[in-house]
Amino acid sequence: LAPWVPVVGLEIHAQISSNSKLFSGSQVQFAAPPNSLVSFFDASLPGTLPVLNRRCVEAAVMTGLALNCSINKKSLFDRKHYFYADLPAGYQITQQRVPIAVNGSLSYSLCIDNKMSQMVTKTVRIKQIQLEQDSGKSLHDDARSQTLVDLNRAGVGLMEVVMEPDMCCGEEAAAAVRELQLILQTLGSSQAIMAEGQLRVDANVSVHRPGEPYGVRTEVKNINSIRFLAKAVDYEIQRQIEELENGGTVLNETRAFDSKLGCTVPMRDKEGKQDYRFMPEPNLPPLILYDAKSLPANVNHEQVVNIDWIHERLPDLPSMKRAKLVELYGILPEHSFALVNEDGLTEFFENVVEQTQMKPKKVIGWILSDLLSHLKQHSLTVKESPVSSSLLADLLNLLEKGEISSSAAKQVFEELWKGEGKTPLEIVKEKQLELMQDQEELEQICQAVIDERKEE
Amino acid sequence: QISAALKEGQVTATELCQRCLSLVRSTKFLNAYITVAEETALQQAEESEKRYRRGQPLGVLDGIPVAVKDNFSTAGIETTCASNMLKGYISPYNATVVQKLLDQGAVLLGKTNLDEFAMGSGSTDGIFGPVRNPWSYSRQYKEKSVPKSDPEHEESSWVIAGGSSGGSAAAVSSFTCFAALGSDTGGSTRNPAAHCGVVGLKPTYGLISRHGLIPLVNSMDVPGILTRCVDDAAVVLGSLAGHDPKDSTTIQDTFQPFELPSLADVSKLSIGIPKEYHAPGLSGDVLAAWSRAADLFKNAGAKVVEVSLPHTRYSIVCYHVLCTAEVASNMARFDGLEYGHRSDMNKSTESMYAATRREGFNDVVRGRILSGNYFLLKQNYENYFVKAQKVRRLIANDFVKVFGSGVDVLLTPTTLSDAVPYVEFIKEDNRTRSTQDDILTQAANMAGLPAVSVPAALSGRGLPIGLQFIGRSFQEKQLLTVAKWFEKQVKFPMIQLEEVKRHEHGVLQHQKSASFS
Repeated sequence: LAPWVPVVGLEIHAQISSNSKLFSGSQVQFAAPPNSLVSFFDASLPGTLPVLNRRCVEAAVMTGLALNCSINKKSLFDRKHYFYADLPAGYQITQQRVPIAVNGSLSYSLCIDNKMSQMVTKTVRIKQIQLEQDSGKSLHDDARSQTLVDLNRAGVGLMEVVMEPDMCCGEEAAAAVRELQLILQTLGSSQAIMAEGQLRVDANVSVHRPGEPYGVRTEVKNINSIRFLAKAVDYEIQRQIEELENGGTVLNETRAFDSKLGCTVPMRDKEGKQDYRFMPEPNLPPLILYDAKSLPANVNHEQVVNIDWIHERLPDLPSMKRAKLVELYGILPEHSFALVNEDGLTEFFENVVEQTQMKPKKVIGWILSDLLSHLKQHSLTVKESPVSSSLLADLLNLLEKGEISSSAAKQVFEELWKGEGKTPLEIVKEKQLELMQDQEELEQICQAVIDERKEE
Repeated sequence: QISAALKEGQVTATELCQRCLSLVRSTKFLNAYITVAEETALQQAEESEKRYRRGQPLGVLDGIPVAVKDNFSTAGIETTCASNMLKGYISPYNATVVQKLLDQGAVLLGKTNLDEFAMGSGSTDGIFGPVRNPWSYSRQYKEKSVPKSDPEHEESSWVIAGGSSGGSAAAVSSFTCFAALGSDTGGSTRNPAAHCGVVGLKPTYGLISRHGLIPLVNSMDVPGILTRCVDDAAVVLGSLAGHDPKDSTTIQDTFQPFELPSLADVSKLSIGIPKEYHAPGLSGDVLAAWSRAADLFKNAGAKVVEVSLPHTRYSIVCYHVLCTAEVASNMARFDGLEYGHRSDMNKSTESMYAATRREGFNDVVRGRILSGNYFLLKQNYENYFVKAQKVRRLIANDFVKVFGSGVDVLLTPTTLSDAVPYVEFIKEDNRTRSTQDDILTQAANMAGLPAVSVPAALSGRGLPIGLQFIGRSFQEKQLLTVAKWFEKQVKFPMIQLEEVKRHEHGVLQHQKSASFS
């Protein structure tokens, strides 16, 4: 019997990095005192109306372009209705009929069999990107049987990125999300920090036999790290396979990932089968975007978003950065992948290269094997590294000049890691790790050893 | 005229305010006002007086007492929408139109009565009770309809003010203020204007900001203007119109306030008479007034042509679907969490929501929410909502065609008949009444066009009949110029109210002379 084919699609909500919310002027800020960033509109006071935030539109266009999407020059806003304490208006403003961007793609890389040396590139299709409002937060206080509602987050702009079910496992899903995260951070359209809720991922998982139609899918929510995403997806795939092999069925349900237990559990029935009663948002005219060709002659620039203008100003995306690193420094693709993947590591590497005579191809080894592994071991970010790029450069210079051996250099590195403020030169002197360069001295020592032997 | 009087010092703003407040008190039985903001009004009047003394009034509206329908947000003054859901709700901000009036120095007397959440055509279905049409107590009506001095009969013969902006219309009609704001979604400003014998203007959708107007149907609502003469309506329009960044549905173009010319020559005008507006149920009096008006224009040299708006008969059904759908959506925010009524039920969030909404809304509102949600269900959306949108497009296109064929302004009745007695009106339910009464006014909201009701004549029962002019989008100047000419020809009689007579004063002559501009 042919093995099961798992199918994974993703719905990713990225909080837009902007000063104010999508439709109102209140501030966007993480961890502010509860209900301190709520405008009349956010609180759904009757008579208030939405006003579209230009920066949010630009962020979505940037992201759409970076993901190779077609930007819809005309997109529409809709109301999605459901009742919940964290949704003051009783509906969310989103883009259901015609979103701002469609039909894109995202390329990401994976290591085969965990070997850094074998990387393969995969692509996932981007179905669409839509602008929508974030909801507030509700905290359930079961002890006092009450619900506490904080509306600070209500109305913050989100980009929902929908990835088609082109992925097959947790690793692929994680890699795709990681790449999206890097892209968003490079663009600045979202800071995409999962721990702060700026990037939230829901996974749609199903399995089927090859040649047969797709199976029933479940939605897995409540995943708040990339690591957990891989775990959750893989667990769910396994669970579905076991269920089906034991003659059971997969229910079309929403499940939450329990990170402590490492498994998915059915979510307390929040909605059942909801009919969101979508309706066009009557208070927002269609969103019209222009490009160089369609831009009318005398317009107020404040009122217009020009797609081409944004395209011209896009920064180098991660894939471009990697390619440039390979070309510039002669390092391997998997090396540049690791560099770009770690926040600040590329900069660190380039700083070292600048300050040392050692070839980049050799420097990279130190960066990835020594520095990075130490950082990972101690759960530190590049910014928190006790060894600065200058210190490392000094060390590598000593090695390059032949003043110390490579094993000595490793020892010096360990000392530097302690962060006691000593320079590599000081450590070398302290530990007497200098390589002897003097030919005559070396000859004398060798002769002495030989002579000793002779006597025995 | 009153503005001139203020300027010349013939009357002070404070005196004027006090007179009006006193009239409000003595006409309390009309139930036109929900909240009277006496203290703040007098303060505003004092400020205005200071400005006049310095010779620096803010404009024509400085010191003029006005009233505002209770579905406009007013900072610091209760805004109830005549509903339990918002009883005690004090908005922290002013609606843009309210702010504009205040910025011009107008004196806000209070908030006027309406049908709950503006749903209705009689101003009878609010929690504060029905509004009584001031003409119920006029000599004209009493002479024609009420048997001599039978107090019991008098009590049961009072007629409705029309709706849903009945309070505002009654307030203007009974001289308690010089202008009032209403709202118009299906005729809610023009209908009560016609019944109360005042001018009711529905501006083009997108001309005046809706920010702060608690919505009924976002895609059709407009703030409405009620005054005693057409010139006054133009003045108020001038102070309110224009782009508001807080309302994304207002047009960007700069608005130029205008003064209405006195038309001498109407021979260049083309007046259209839509045959579909000869609706079943149109009373003999209204039909006669309409005919006479058409003749008036014809005899003065204007081109009067019959035109057709073939999709008129679908407008009520279409309105029904679109209105209830939006209502269902707009009312979703009333859950008792952030503001307004919150039920004591606290077993769960859901049960609290349900109880709050059951307690807070009347039958009419709840009925429309249920219908609206039905039409928005996934399985029904195409067949109802989308179809209705398409029909709406057809209705709007009817007007485009007619205006495109050379017609400048359309002339139609505003209501099917004069105001009916309250006891008659309540025999039918709100939905039936709305269906019947909106037929002549509804289509202008569908198409977003400007329309104005002007008092034309008294009916056989001594009650006002209004006629409606519908104009081209954003052509309020042309529309009101024609309306003003008509008003001049007609010389509609002034209401003769006993209560007002008792307060006869020199100052009051100014008020009764109907205009402030």
